[in-house]
Amino acid sequence: MTTGFWHQVRAVIDRDLLRERRQGDMLWITIPFGAIALLLIPLAIGTDAVLLREIGPGMYWVIVMLFGVLVAVSRASRETLPQQDASALLGLDPAAGFVGRTASSAVFLLIFEVVVGVVAVGLYDISLIGIGWLVTTMLLVAIGLALLGTLTAAIVNSSTAGAALVPLLVAPLSVPLLLGATQTYDGLQGGYSILSWVLLMVAVVLVVSIIGVLTARPLQET
Amino acid sequence: MTQPDATEDTTGVPLVVLEGVGVRIGSTQILRDVTLEIDAGEVVGLFGANGAGKTTVLRLIATLIRPAQGFGTVLGADLSSSERYDVRRRIGMIGHVPGIFPELTLAENLRYAARVAGVPTDRVGGALAAVGLGGAADRTAGAASHGMQRRTEFARELMIDRSLLLLDEPHSALDRDAVDLVEGLIERKAAEGGAVVVVSHDRDRVRAIAHRTVDLIGGTLV
Repeated sequence: MTTGFWHQVRAVIDRDLLRERRQGDMLWITIPFGAIALLLIPLAIGTDAVLLREIGPGMYWVIVMLFGVLVAVSRASRETLPQQDASALLGLDPAAGFVGRTASSAVFLLIFEVVVGVVAVGLYDISLIGIGWLVTTMLLVAIGLALLGTLTAAIVNSSTAGAALVPLLVAPLSVPLLLGATQTYDGLQGGYSILSWVLLMVAVVLVVSIIGVLTARPLQET
Repeated sequence: MTQPDATEDTTGVPLVVLEGVGVRIGSTQILRDVTLEIDAGEVVGLFGANGAGKTTVLRLIATLIRPAQGFGTVLGADLSSSERYDVRRRIGMIGHVPGIFPELTLAENLRYAARVAGVPTDRVGGALAAVGLGGAADRTAGAASHGMQRRTEFARELMIDRSLLLLDEPHSALDRDAVDLVEGLIERKAAEGGAVVVVSHDRDRVRAIAHRTVDLIGGTLV
């Protein structure tokens, strides 16, 4: 009996969601720390409501990026070599493994964005004009960061340079996502076109998806 | 490429052919000039001191690493080409560190394996019962003993039809009943026309079940 690509993807997603649910790192560590980081900013710069409303969206996206990349990388690099070997010998297509790990990371990053977003709206009185586009932006950022984290983890696992590579790889790659997210929000507030910024984020997602799927097999082998 | 079915009579057909194979990991030459042929129906014992390269030989035969020098085929697939992906699902490997997920229950681990490998998930209960874990199916793998984790891996191998079984210290952490079970599995696999490679420090026990034994000294088979 042969197994389809998407059947394997679903098996990996279910496995990762179950592992995360049992481990609870996201629920009990990452989300509270993200919320605390947002809470510390007004304590550091004062409670000027106008200033906080102005910098709030930017702070939110910076925290999402920093925490998001760490979450995505740590989740994707959580598999030990014996676990990776066992999955490979079950016939797991490396590309299916990449897509499955990315999808499960994206689900958790989206949860993180939503919960920390509610805190940000409450603390900084952020305007929610263009909610449909904001949700689209959150989706694209979650998928983009999940892709970057999963790809980076695969590169790190296959390299002798190890974790030292993470910031070098992730920092430049996440910049277009950060720019796209903040400029989309500003565009919605200012009433100017956001299409080019949304397309930038879509392009990042597409390019990293293609690179991730095409390199999944060679990265597993090195 | 057409591969023989796991149940087909392939006695006398070489399932593994290694000719002058060398393996490098990073800048270290782990294996040198390894030549080995394993026929269908054979049980081969592999001995060697710590660090001799026994696990690397197993991972090489499992197609998980490529040779840096020489030529090799496993189940007819060239180890240096992408053909090796096509045969992976027919190779089972149980290392000395279990490749199961500690957050999942024993049954969930097997269900994941079944889904990825494309075998019916209703085999899980029978496989666990066959290794004496029928009553522990819902125990989290991380809370199970090392012996139970290893039994779970043997259950996985019972569930999936494998042509080649690679066992690293299969007797360790197992009680008398489990050892009998493992030895029964080895005999059955050989009788079905598959092949088994057993790495062990327990020479007497392996000699009792193996058709022949080889020694690995300093990365070279003698």
